[in-house]
Amino acid sequence: MKIKTLLLGAIASTAMAPMAFAERGSDGNVSIIYWQAPSILNPFLSGGTKDVESASLVIEPLARYDQDGNMVPYLASEIPTVENGGVSEDLTSITWKIAPGITWSDGSPFTSADVKFTADYCMHPEGGCAQVTKFEGVTSVEAVDDLTVKVTFDKPTPFPYGPFVGGESPIIQAAQFADCLGAKAPECTDQNFNPIGTGPFVVTEFKPNDVITFAANDNYRDPAKPAFASVTFKGGGDATAAGRAVMETGEFDYAWNLQLAPEVIAQMQEGGKGTPVAGFGPLVERIMLNQTNPSPDLPEGERSTAAHPHPFLQDPAVYKAMSMAIDRPLLVEIGYGQAGKVTCNWVPAPAAFNSTSMTCDTQDIAGANALLDEAGIVDTNGDGIREKDGVPLKVVYQTSTNAVRQDFQALIKEWWSQIGIETELRNINASVFFGGDPGSPDTFQKFYADVEMYANTFNGTDPQSYLGNGLCDKAPKPESQWQGENISRFCNEEFDALHAKLAETAGLEARAEIAKQLNDIMVQNGGMIPLVHRGRLSAHANTLGGVVLNVWDSELWNIADWYRKTGS
Amino acid sequence: MTDTDKSDTLIPDEGLAAASTAVPGAGAMEELATPPRSQWRDVWDQFKTHKGAMVGAILFLFIVAGVYLGPYLWSIDPTQIDIRSRNQGPSWAHPFGTDQLGRDILARMMSGGQTSVSVGITAMLLALFLGSFIGVLAGFFKRLDGPLMRLTDLFLALPLLPLLLVMMLLFREPLSAAFGLERGIFILIVCAIGITSWMPTARIVRGDVLAIKEREFVLAARSIGTSNSQIITRHILPNVLSPIMVSATLGIATAIITESALSFLGLGFPPDFPTWGRLLFDGVDYLQQYPERVFWPGLAISLTVLSVNYLGDGLRDALDPRIRGR
Amino acid sequence: MLNFTIRRLVLAVPTLLFISLVIFLLLELAPGDPMAQVPLTVPPEVKEKMREALGLGQPMHIRFWKWIVQFFWIEPQVLIDHMFGTTFSEGDLRVISWQTRSPVMDIVVQRIPQTLWVVGTAYVVAILIALPIGIYSAYRQYSWFDQMGTFVSMVGFSVPPFFSGVLVIVIFSVQLGWFPSIYDTTHVVNSWDSFVVQLKQMIMPVMVLALQITAQLSRFMRASMLDNLNQDYVRTARAKGLSEYTVVMVHVLRNSMIPVVTVIALGIPAIFGGAIITEQVFKVNGIGQLLIGAIQANDLPMVQTLTFIFAVLIVLFNLIADVLYGILDPRIRYD
Repeated sequence: MKIKTLLLGAIASTAMAPMAFAERGSDGNVSIIYWQAPSILNPFLSGGTKDVESASLVIEPLARYDQDGNMVPYLASEIPTVENGGVSEDLTSITWKIAPGITWSDGSPFTSADVKFTADYCMHPEGGCAQVTKFEGVTSVEAVDDLTVKVTFDKPTPFPYGPFVGGESPIIQAAQFADCLGAKAPECTDQNFNPIGTGPFVVTEFKPNDVITFAANDNYRDPAKPAFASVTFKGGGDATAAGRAVMETGEFDYAWNLQLAPEVIAQMQEGGKGTPVAGFGPLVERIMLNQTNPSPDLPEGERSTAAHPHPFLQDPAVYKAMSMAIDRPLLVEIGYGQAGKVTCNWVPAPAAFNSTSMTCDTQDIAGANALLDEAGIVDTNGDGIREKDGVPLKVVYQTSTNAVRQDFQALIKEWWSQIGIETELRNINASVFFGGDPGSPDTFQKFYADVEMYANTFNGTDPQSYLGNGLCDKAPKPESQWQGENISRFCNEEFDALHAKLAETAGLEARAEIAKQLNDIMVQNGGMIPLVHRGRLSAHANTLGGVVLNVWDSELWNIADWYRKTGS
Repeated sequence: MTDTDKSDTLIPDEGLAAASTAVPGAGAMEELATPPRSQWRDVWDQFKTHKGAMVGAILFLFIVAGVYLGPYLWSIDPTQIDIRSRNQGPSWAHPFGTDQLGRDILARMMSGGQTSVSVGITAMLLALFLGSFIGVLAGFFKRLDGPLMRLTDLFLALPLLPLLLVMMLLFREPLSAAFGLERGIFILIVCAIGITSWMPTARIVRGDVLAIKEREFVLAARSIGTSNSQIITRHILPNVLSPIMVSATLGIATAIITESALSFLGLGFPPDFPTWGRLLFDGVDYLQQYPERVFWPGLAISLTVLSVNYLGDGLRDALDPRIRGR
Repeated sequence: MLNFTIRRLVLAVPTLLFISLVIFLLLELAPGDPMAQVPLTVPPEVKEKMREALGLGQPMHIRFWKWIVQFFWIEPQVLIDHMFGTTFSEGDLRVISWQTRSPVMDIVVQRIPQTLWVVGTAYVVAILIALPIGIYSAYRQYSWFDQMGTFVSMVGFSVPPFFSGVLVIVIFSVQLGWFPSIYDTTHVVNSWDSFVVQLKQMIMPVMVLALQITAQLSRFMRASMLDNLNQDYVRTARAKGLSEYTVVMVHVLRNSMIPVVTVIALGIPAIFGGAIITEQVFKVNGIGQLLIGAIQANDLPMVQTLTFIFAVLIVLFNLIADVLYGILDPRIRYD
């Protein structure tokens, strides 16, 4: 025993493939805390990050994204491309080769039938599958032979890696879920709480919205992994408590998504038991500018619709001045610290898609004032507020309830007051704000305010459908029950045409070029004011090794490689 | 609302002299023989001798004066951001320090106090009025007991958060339009807290009334033909005063805390509007770095509640004829 | 009294049905959407599909009727099946939570132990502390004991648990390292050592909760005792030569219990309901945390079922309180 410990210590200290000689289950228990508790272990029925990530310990996709956003094969033997013949020349089909010898945790072989079944399960019209966009455009999924699956699309698809790639699109076992198709999906409680998977762990007990215990999967494909014999996955509470439990008291080994003020994180780090790690995906905190008039004087049904353009927010001088008045480095410093970066872009990541044509890292109140003066938007009646065509520049600024966002609101209100814009602040309970209840006046889609602040991102590494959120016909309106992703009601012909071109273009460089142009059109025409490129900040215990923070896929993507550092 | 409120909670006082005559031991004839003396004077005299009550009253006046008159002496705007001097400890420029955006905490305490004290007191009075009114009616009139207590059960069972969300949805816009943004939200919050916290008072008052209305002096009053309303105001209410007073002190603390819960759920005042509860809540994350940030609002809430408690104690003693007589 | 009890129990049925209807309508009217917690990356059309899969497309009265049938007809069958191994409920659709897609009652049953352990213990502790404090404070009014009691209970009551909870965590978990800051709901008590672990993880939440409840109860106890200590019957009892103990603990106490019984009866449903904030702070994940989570996620079947269970308990315990009034003070009659 002692020799083994010594050996392990020596291996760990040389940092050369530390797990090479470790054996499965030798490192005991690892405990993870998520301040949002998982409710279900079937990501197709929930879509919540907490559920997708907790399920990723058990069920796996054919390929995942690594920490740099590159695809790595998991259950597949390689990533299909046009070059290796996996993707057809006309870009309408992709053929996956499954790695041989993979078994489910119950010992049965993993075959192409399971993959096909997963597609049927999610694409079933009555199932209410949360990840159905992953299967957008898919016309058929065929099991060519036991280890080959062919996915066919209805049109050339330059990015065919939607289905079966990433934590949101894992493979479930056909035998287990056979009776759970369509409307019966929610009734399969046992299956949804205890899916059979190919991943490093199996569920031993699932207490919904509370705690999950996992044990190592005896049939996992790598006989030396996982190093931990069991996982305790606790949910609930708040980010402060989670951070404290990892970095100050050392009760837990890993805490997810610590959205806390930088000085609070710094204080916790002094506890000496854990380390925060940050990674950056495409998440951007932004202010959306309403292109339409949200005035309460308008009749219901015309308020915040294309029928009435906004009285002043479409004026380039106004939105440019509003953006110039903001001190973004200060916002980052106060709100996010090492988990934030200044950005002027809608799509700041992956790096290839990050436009470099704009800069916005210095505040310029004088310049903003000059810009407004030049445009003839001046204070005519001496109340300290500028007027455009007799309409005073008064804005309602709404966001969801969240300490950092309220600090941002206070700061930005102050800066805008210095350029003669009066701001009324409003904060709304997140479950109402982000809820799509068409009966509520306070949802972010309805946008009964002039400006609103929230963060948005996209899954995977390709921003095509995310950029589609700027298309004219995606604006929420009463006819569509206020559903739609084009929150600012941005409408620009050039943008729409360019987006159509993106959908037909293959090749990363060409796509990136178009995506950057789309990004610039949106920002320069006042669709939004990007504020902060937000990272994901998680913390792990100092004794926990092998953690690689991944923002492109499940954070727990490589839990099979985690191990306990000895001798530290 | 507040006007009727006050007059109603004060009704028992008017009946006290009569109540004291009804209590055996104080002969009616003797009382009449002595020169008439204002009963309010008696109450005040008794109140003055109660040390705790005087301390409570002075403290309470001090707090109210501090939050309402303080801003005239300490003229820093509570929303003024001075980002260069953020997270400062106590200094001459900022006696209570500054918060994470460099806003002066003393100024925020004062402006927050105005909201908290006024919301706390009005909401408490509303809940107290509703609770005592329903409790007395239910306890006294057998026919009303069933329906009113089932109503109480209903209100006790309603989930608070959805109820508040519905109230916000239905009434925020109309009230803001009618009374202006801040006053509209003030009315809404006071009503929201008031109508969701009267139930325990009603149950407690009713329980006591059930017992008291069977006592001999009530039967005696009834036998000489005293009307129901007079029995209630002169005999019943003075005798249920002490649980009402306790409800009042506990109610003010609950109201201040509930208000903070509402604002951090996004159902209360706009985010740039400090209140004590909110300052306390915001400070909790910084408990280890800047403990003073939770200390001040915590102290202010506790002192307010304590002062109201002693005030209530003294008032109850002063209004109790048995004690006053001694 | 028996007549009264039976009549009230019969009357409770329509009352509860009415309450369940009001709760249902309230939840319907409240803004919110079960899809609010689904990330923005899931497009609205998909969310609409998911809503339909939850049965949200159906008209309101059908959904209410479905809930009534599921709760009053199918759930009791499940309980019977569970107890006697029968199969009455096979194939019937139970009340299903929208968040977890699993039967609501199963989760409730799973949550009860930790809620009873923590909140129940806090209540027992609080009653055991509050009654003696209240009695003695009243008996020795304005003594230093009374003043201390007043001070501590008032400060205790005005400090909300979101603050006091974090404060004790910082002191006892972070600084001193005595107790865990996160409650382990998977912990099984089967030996002395594991019982000690359970005690350790319970101490802080119980302390925080008991402080609040003690403050409230002892104030009502004290006030009610003070009212009665000056009554003539006390003078009579003393004049009769009864011992001081008998006078206070039998005569005065019994007559002072009415408000205290009311407060305790109002509190017992709250034990079951859990303590929302305290459970959140200490990650006890009991019923209170379940309810607030369900409200935030707009999981209407869960909220409806939980609040209805509270309603049943509230009606029941208020009835018990009414019966107790009659026992404490035989002059109270309900006929």
